Amino acid sequence: MKPSRFNYYAVDSIDAAISLIAQQGEDARFLAGGQSLVPMMNFRVAAPTALIDLNGVPELSNVRIDNDGALHIGAMARTRQLETDPEIAEANPLIAVAAAYVAHTQIRNRGTIGGSLAHADPAAELPGIALVCDAEIHLRGLSGARVIEAAKFFDGVFTTALADGELIEKLYFPPWPEQRCWAFQEISRREGDFALVGIAAWFDMDASGAISDCRLAAIGAGDTPLLLDSPAQTLTGSVPSDALFEKAAETVAGDIAPFDDIHASADYRREVAAVLVARTLKTAWERRR
Amino acid sequence: MSDRHNISLNVNGADYSCEIDARMTLADCLREKLDLTGTHLGCEHGVCGACTVLADGDAVRSCLMFAVQAQCMEITTVEGLANNGDLSPLQEAFRDNHALQCGFCTPGMLTTAEAFLRENPSPTRAETESAISGNLCRCTGYISVVDAILDAADRRRDAGSE
Ligand SMILES: Cc1cc2nc3c(=O)[nH]c(=O)nc-3n(C[C@H](O)[C@H](O)[C@H](O)COP(=O)(O)OP(=O)(O)OC[C@H]3O[C@@H](n4cnc5c(N)ncnc54)[C@H](O)[C@@H]3O)c2cc1C
Ligand code: FES
Ligand code: FES
Repeated sequence: MKPSRFNYYAVDSIDAAISLIAQQGEDARFLAGGQSLVPMMNFRVAAPTALIDLNGVPELSNVRIDNDGALHIGAMARTRQLETDPEIAEANPLIAVAAAYVAHTQIRNRGTIGGSLAHADPAAELPGIALVCDAEIHLRGLSGARVIEAAKFFDGVFTTALADGELIEKLYFPPWPEQRCWAFQEISRREGDFALVGIAAWFDMDASGAISDCRLAAIGAGDTPLLLDSPAQTLTGSVPSDALFEKAAETVAGDIAPFDDIHASADYRREVAAVLVARTLKTAWERRR
Repeated sequence: MSDRHNISLNVNGADYSCEIDARMTLADCLREKLDLTGTHLGCEHGVCGACTVLADGDAVRSCLMFAVQAQCMEITTVEGLANNGDLSPLQEAFRDNHALQCGFCTPGMLTTAEAFLRENPSPTRAETESAISGNLCRCTGYISVVDAILDAADRRRDAGSE
């Protein structure tokens, strides 16, 4: 099908984008990669009256790494860049690995990290990575700037804490310790499909060889990406082993609320989540330096 | 309400100007305004890959871009792959390996493969399978398409080393 009519505006600055969207009213939308919005427009599931195209805003594509290793990624950074930029992979290897699971090359060439977060598909990879990395999301609106942690950003299926006309400017990923063990795994029907379930995890070790800090998140396992607190509690303070990872995996069911759809049942997703928690933790451990 | 735009774009090395609605996708503009009907539309929601073109060298879905966004971009469609009517080594490899039957998916397969081989001139079979994972073919199947792309990689290397 074809989209319904809208007015198109190309802007070249954040200020222009936020003042224009305010003028255009509540049915105006930002256009980033268009890889979620345009399919919805073509099907007329979405019919914005105005599109504010962010593709010509250079300041939104900045990627910067601080001396302490913290990573700033502009909202318009393309998924393909996240996948292939060696500097990003060095600053945060989880992002690069997970980005490669997003759709197909042709879609990653256009799709952006800001668009993925704003769209908030519960099975999307990058929101799960933002959550597991405790990323901060920097927002700009007519009333000013604010920073929100990823754990408070996702409200429900396709729903976020973004106010009308508010723009994601960039994501901030805290420094990544060099010795950190990490992995991302997902199961999907075919390569490039949305995940049935995916698990991202990392853990740090103390001098005695026990896990001192860790975080796990699931995608495709509820209305939003979810932090997995029970396996994290099981892991913290213990020495890594396959038995520990299996024990952690057994606790995941209480942290997730998967649903049935045409691709898989909720029961199947629960089972996959447990299998993937164990697998992800093993992969993370095998990768230790 | 109709939001009209005059745009200029470069397609296959030639400059074009046309007047379009903001809501016209790049795919529809290529097909209906520029009469470049090699670019096919299967699903119009990014899934099938038939509409893949190169935008500034990157393979993209032309059903998910608006024509007005292609201002000042260099677009390559399947029509731009041949040189003066001679099939490119990639196109020849598709013909010689029986990599098409009805041909509906072929423009997207070719543009995707062209971008892929530019970036990865000596791919493995697994990398090639992954590269066309976003292109659906409902009649040939994928084995001969993968064979053709790997064959094209050899042909391009041979041509390059001559
Ligand atoms: C066939 C196909 C398969 C896909 N598979 C996957 C997959 O496996 N995993 C996955 O995660 N995604 C997948 N996607 C979606 C893809 O990753 C999108 O790129 C992404 O969801 C949206 O990013 P975008 O830049 O294209 O945003 P757009 O489509 O441009 O925008 C999406 C929404 O976000 C808003 N928005 C965009 N940028 C901003 C901003 N900076 N501030 C505020 N609001 C903003 C827009 O107004 C719109 O409402 C797939 C898409 C297709 C077509
Ligand atoms: S028509 Fe564009 S991907 Fe199917
Ligand atoms: S050749 Fe017919 S769809 Fe691929």
